[in-house]
This record gives sequence, structure tokens and C-alpha cells, in this order.
Amino acid sequence: MKEKKSIMDRIAESNKSVITGIDEKDIEYWVTTYIMGKAYKVPAGLTIMQAMEFAGYRFVRSAGCRAGFCGACATVYRKAGDYKLQTAMACQTRVEDGMFLVQIPFAPGNKALYDINKEEYNVGTLFKHYPELARCVSCNTCTKACPQDLEVMDYIQDAIKGDFKAVAKESFDCIQCGLCAIRCPADLVQYHIAQLARRMYGRYECQEPEHLKIRLKEIENGKYKEGWDKFVNASIKKLEKLYAERDRESD
Amino acid sequence: MAEIKFIRGYPEYMHELINIVHKTRTKRKDYDPPAMSKEEREEVLKLHPDYAPGGKRKISIGQNKGDRGPNEVVDLLEAYPLIEEEEIDLSKIDYDVDILIIGGGLAGTSAAIWANSQGIPPEKILLTNKLRHGDANSMMAEGGTQAADRPNDSPLIHFLDAMGGGHFANKPDVLKALVEDAPLIMHWLLELGAMIDIEENKDFVEKWGGGTCRRRMHACRDYTGLEELRVIRDEFRDRKISCLEYYPVIELLTDGEGRAAGAVLWNFETGDYKIVKAKATILATGGFGRLHIRGFPTTNHYGATCDGVVLAYRVGAKLRDVDTVQYHPTGAAFPPQIIGLLLTEKLRSMGAQPINKDGEAFVFPLEPRDVEASSFIRECYIREKGILTPTGMRGVWLDTPLLELKNGEGTIENAFPGMNRMFKRFDIDMAKDPVLVFPTLHYQNGGVETDPEGKTNIGGLFVAGEISGGVHGKNRLMGNSTLDCMVFGRRSGIYAAEYAKAVKRRGKLSLEHMKKYVNMLKKAGIKPERRAPILLPEYRGKAVLARMIDVF
Repeated sequence: MKEKKSIMDRIAESNKSVITGIDEKDIEYWVTTYIMGKAYKVPAGLTIMQAMEFAGYRFVRSAGCRAGFCGACATVYRKAGDYKLQTAMACQTRVEDGMFLVQIPFAPGNKALYDINKEEYNVGTLFKHYPELARCVSCNTCTKACPQDLEVMDYIQDAIKGDFKAVAKESFDCIQCGLCAIRCPADLVQYHIAQLARRMYGRYECQEPEHLKIRLKEIENGKYKEGWDKFVNASIKKLEKLYAERDRESD
Repeated sequence: MAEIKFIRGYPEYMHELINIVHKTRTKRKDYDPPAMSKEEREEVLKLHPDYAPGGKRKISIGQNKGDRGPNEVVDLLEAYPLIEEEEIDLSKIDYDVDILIIGGGLAGTSAAIWANSQGIPPEKILLTNKLRHGDANSMMAEGGTQAADRPNDSPLIHFLDAMGGGHFANKPDVLKALVEDAPLIMHWLLELGAMIDIEENKDFVEKWGGGTCRRRMHACRDYTGLEELRVIRDEFRDRKISCLEYYPVIELLTDGEGRAAGAVLWNFETGDYKIVKAKATILATGGFGRLHIRGFPTTNHYGATCDGVVLAYRVGAKLRDVDTVQYHPTGAAFPPQIIGLLLTEKLRSMGAQPINKDGEAFVFPLEPRDVEASSFIRECYIREKGILTPTGMRGVWLDTPLLELKNGEGTIENAFPGMNRMFKRFDIDMAKDPVLVFPTLHYQNGGVETDPEGKTNIGGLFVAGEISGGVHGKNRLMGNSTLDCMVFGRRSGIYAAEYAKAVKRRGKLSLEHMKKYVNMLKKAGIKPERRAPILLPEYRGKAVLARMIDVF
């Protein structure tokens, strides 16, 4: 059939391993990984998440965005012969031979409740909501646990000093996976503390730009009403013309 | 593994091809191919998966009978429910609320906050999530949020950009709501404490997006959706609004007179169901990337399986533009662990060029997404100037070092920490070497038809975000999706609250619509082979699936 060789079919063919899984006959290299202690032979080069699926696990928990943004697939592992307990996001880490791994389906951690508009912009607010901040023993375990490679202990120290800017910048890439909090010997929930600090910083340091204020006023005062009357009821032909005539702002 | 020699994360042969890109860079630095004319666009769009022959069929039952849609979507519309009417006891109500919100991404979470601000008490709102609260495509939005707030810009120009990008199929009144509320949403985000990128002089940093004629893209580094959603979710939690996780909806409920009246939830872990009675229901379930339409990989999160559209269609909601699928031009094509994942359009808006095997810039970097994606397909499959990967994929280079050259050293690390980190994990330094890209399934352009208030044709049923159809026409522009979620999350929250307050008489909960739908399926001769919503995609290994037995 002619359809057989269409571009779309060729593309689908080339994507097959991602969509419907790898055919065993196409696998050249294998590794053995231990999922919660059980040994599984899986293709080398998969992520931990893909390897677990290949082995037959179907995720309900511990899988979310599958792209390193959501923090759902926090994983801890040890490698045979290595004393170190390591952490990873399962969707962003290659499976390795001799990994003994388990996923963390849920990280318990109390979030303080607050009204961001009523909080005072000073270090007292952080301590009021998270007094355990003072328990930090600067052991750096949180930093070592962070799969985003953030300097978690540093931002906790900045929080203790009330340096909101430093906390905001250093913690910005946090995906709230919870690994820091689970490893912390002082029982801090670092990612919640950072969330409060960032919101405080955003709320009190990022002033509304003038141009935004002006635009809001213009909309409120009906500046575009006439334009809308023209645009919303315009024929497609007319809109096509207006579209073609747009000027492009210079770079 | 040791058998293939890798240099800076690439197999040797790919590394050699990269050298061609390095050699031609200075020559290309100040030159982009010109934007295409309307005719050129039309020509190349013939290669787009939406317009290439095959892949679609007519929907045989329901509101949109006769309309065409992707086979993968029509399969789900022509599927049987997960439950039988007899096995569900509707007399015991587990949650009796004013507003039920299904889906906790940016749209659903925003809706809850605004409904609460309208005076609906937090315990009278219920947000239910299939996975965790926040496991959503919103969380992965990288590039930005559009808002026309600079002096040389206006909501009208934003409107025109989106209309043209959407092939003039957008619903004008809905699009007007989107662009006119955009500045208000930026104001709201600042008020909540979101850290939006600002210039030294305190103005917003605003960048280009594909298909726009003004710079109006607001970002939070390349973690825009992450920042927006985690701040909004934090606010949601502060308000103590009720929230369930790992409770997908498996069927909507009606009141016997065709109005939406709640839903049947299913506990993903224990397998039992719960009945929610609600005066108004907001569907904010997102899109369908995990259906892998036409065999494409996807940027979407694990749960993007079209559930909401299926559920809404069964109660009689009208769909529109479901035949159009957005393929993002720049999905990762290498390394194999991250195939299909998103490389934000912002890379191109800041100067990265698409480059073919011979080191040539072959397309204007910021065409609308469908045009840009089609030109990549042309380069790889017609002109044969793509780069073949070890897994058999073809792709073109995205010259990220050029971005670094244009904007100064360290730009990638500062402005694109997420992506930079992702490639570093696989030993690739995108500031030094280009990355390989190919179109990836990104967005459901259409969906359940909405109006400017988020209302559908079904009483009491609202939609917000990617599930909805109309605002983006047949192709969404960059930065209009997070905006869509927040604008129509807000609007659906406000109008659902208004609707709920006005509800006087509430009928008896019913699954009558489901019975009717099943009869339609039977009448159309559709065999009960498929069931929907599917809730999750199937990625388990074939060998294991072949030997699985059902014991308990």
C-alpha cells in the first residue's frame, strides 16, 4: 500500500521505542538493577523510570511530569559496594548496573498557613511560621540530597539571617520533591520555608512596573472599546488584512 | 555501553557533524532566513501531521457526529464507560459542595482561589486531582506568559497575533477575554508574590514569542509554569480549600435534566468510588499528549490522557477544533532518555537558530509553531538534510551556542537553568554544543467549546485551560497557554460561583446520560472493546505484559 511509506509512517516508526517500548531483539546492552531488592535485567541507557516500567511496574505514584519539573519521582539508591546513599529524580537519571533503589511516594511535611499580604517582611515571619529553622545544625545533608544541586543548607542559613533575596535566588529552581526534608536530622521542611521566603521576596521586592499600572488603567477606562467593536465583529477577510499589515517591533 | 565512543555527550559521528555547525556560526550570526509568505506557509503546512493524509476519522456519535478528529481521540470518544449504572449507589453522597473542580493545574487551582474570593467557603469547594495537586502540564511550561503591557503594545495587537497564529478560527469574544485580562493576571501574580523576571529599571523583562509582532513574553527564568503554579498552589493551601489527590473522575453526574451535578471519583489506590454532588462543575483536566497522536513523542505530563474531553462529551458537551494538534518544533531528539521533552521556544526568541546537516540556517526561527515544525519535517524527510540518531530518529540542530554568542557568556546557565541541567545530566553542554531537535506532541489546540465566561453548552459545566476549545483556534501561540489557564481559571471560578449561588432547586443525581451514550454506541455498532477515560498511558514492557495473570 502507498500509505506504508508516508512520511508520517516513517516518523512513527522512528519514534516507536519511546511510544510502545523497546523490542527485546533490539536491545544490545543490559544492566541489572534491584527495584526494592528484586533483581531485574533491563536495557542499558534507560532512565530509572523507564527501566522500572520495562520491568513491569505501572506507576500511579512517583511519576508526574516525567521531565524533571514536578518532583514526584524522588528516588534513593545505593550502588553495590558503595557506602553512600544517593538521591535522584527517576525520570532524569540513567539506570546503572547494581543500583539498589526505592522511590519515595510521598513526603510528609507541614506547610504553615499565612496571608501573604498581612505578614511582616522580616526574618521574624520565617521564625514565627517555622521556628524549627533554629534547629539547623549545618550538616549539609540537605544539599547533598538535592537532585537539583541547589545549595540548600546555604539558603537555610540565609533564611536564618533574614536575607530574603539570597533565599529566593538560591532556592528558585526547587521542585519541592521533599528529599531534603526527609534527610534532615533537624526535621526542617526546607522547601516550604523557601516557598514562604520566595513569596515574601516577590511580594515586597518586585514592585509593579509603571507600564503595567498604566495599561491596567487604560483597560479600566475603556480605551480599547472602540477597537474591540471593530475587531470582534470583523470578517475573517478583514482580520487577515489587519494581520498582514502588522508592523514588527525591531529587535 | 562502552562500545560506543561518546564525545561531550554525543556519539563520535554526531560530534563530527556538530563541527560543521561550529564552523558556519560566525557567518550566520547576523543572518536569519526571512519569514515565510502566506503562500510559502501554506505549502510547507501540507507536511504538518494535522494536514498530512491519514491519521483522522469522523466521529460517529454524539454532539459532533460527522466532525473529524485524530484516530486516537475518536477511539476514546467511541469507547464504553468504566462503570455500569447498577454498580454505583447514588443515594449516598460523600461530598456535597457548591463547586467541584476537576484537575489541579494552573487553571483548576486558579479557579478555586477566585471562586473562594467570590464568597464560596473553602469547604464548599472541592478540587480533585488524578495524581498529585500540581502534576500538570502547567508545571512544565518553560517559556513564558503573554501580556500586552508595554507602551508600544496593546491587547488589540495581541488579539491579532493570536488570530493569525490560530488561522482565524479562534472565537473572537473568547480571545478578547484572554488578551484583555492578561495585564490583570500579571498584576495578580505579583500580588501573590510570584518572582517574574524584571529588568534593572524594574520593568518586566519581555521577550519574543513565535508569531508575535511585539515582545510580550513574561518569564520566570525557564521555570515559568513551575513558579506560577507553586505560588498559586501555596495560596490555595493558605485558604484551606478542600483538595483530594489520586482521585480521578471516572464519570460525570447529571441532575436528570441535562445539567452537570457532580461526579464519580475513584480512589486510585484502594479502588473504591466516591460520589460528589455539586452545583457547578469546572473541568480543568488538561490535554491529550500521552495519546501519542500519529506516533509522536510528547512534552506532556504522565496524566495527559484526554479524560476531561471524554467525560464532557458523554454528558453532551460540544467540542470544537479537536482535529488540530500542536506539535512543538523543538522537542529533544537526543539523548534517547529525554526524547520528546520540551526545549522552550524562548531559546529561539533569544537567538538560537535551527540548522541542518550542512550547517545552514533554513527557516526563520520564529514562525508560528505549526509552520516551524513543518519546516523541520521538510528538512529531515524531503530535503534529506536531517541528522540521524543512533535510535533511528531524525532531527535538526538547534544552535544554542549561537544564543550564548549573541547574549554573552553565561546566558544559558542564567536564563535556562532547567534545560541546561537536563542536558548536563546526560553530559551535554548546550552552551558549547548545539542540541538535536524534532517536533513533539505538545498541545491540544481545541477541546470542549467555551464562551468568555468558561461556560459550555451544558448547564453547570464550565471548562478552563487546555481542555477548552475556541480561544486558540487551530494553533496556539507560545505564552498563551499559561495565560489561558489563569484567565479562564479565574473567569470559570467567578462565574461558577455566581452560577452556584443562583441554583435554587437541585435534581436527583443521575447517570442517565451514560446510559444514553452506551445506547448510542451500541446503535452505531461499536463493540465494547475500548473503555475510557484511560487515566494513564501504558508503558510497561511487552514481555512482562505478555505473561501477566490476573490473580486478585
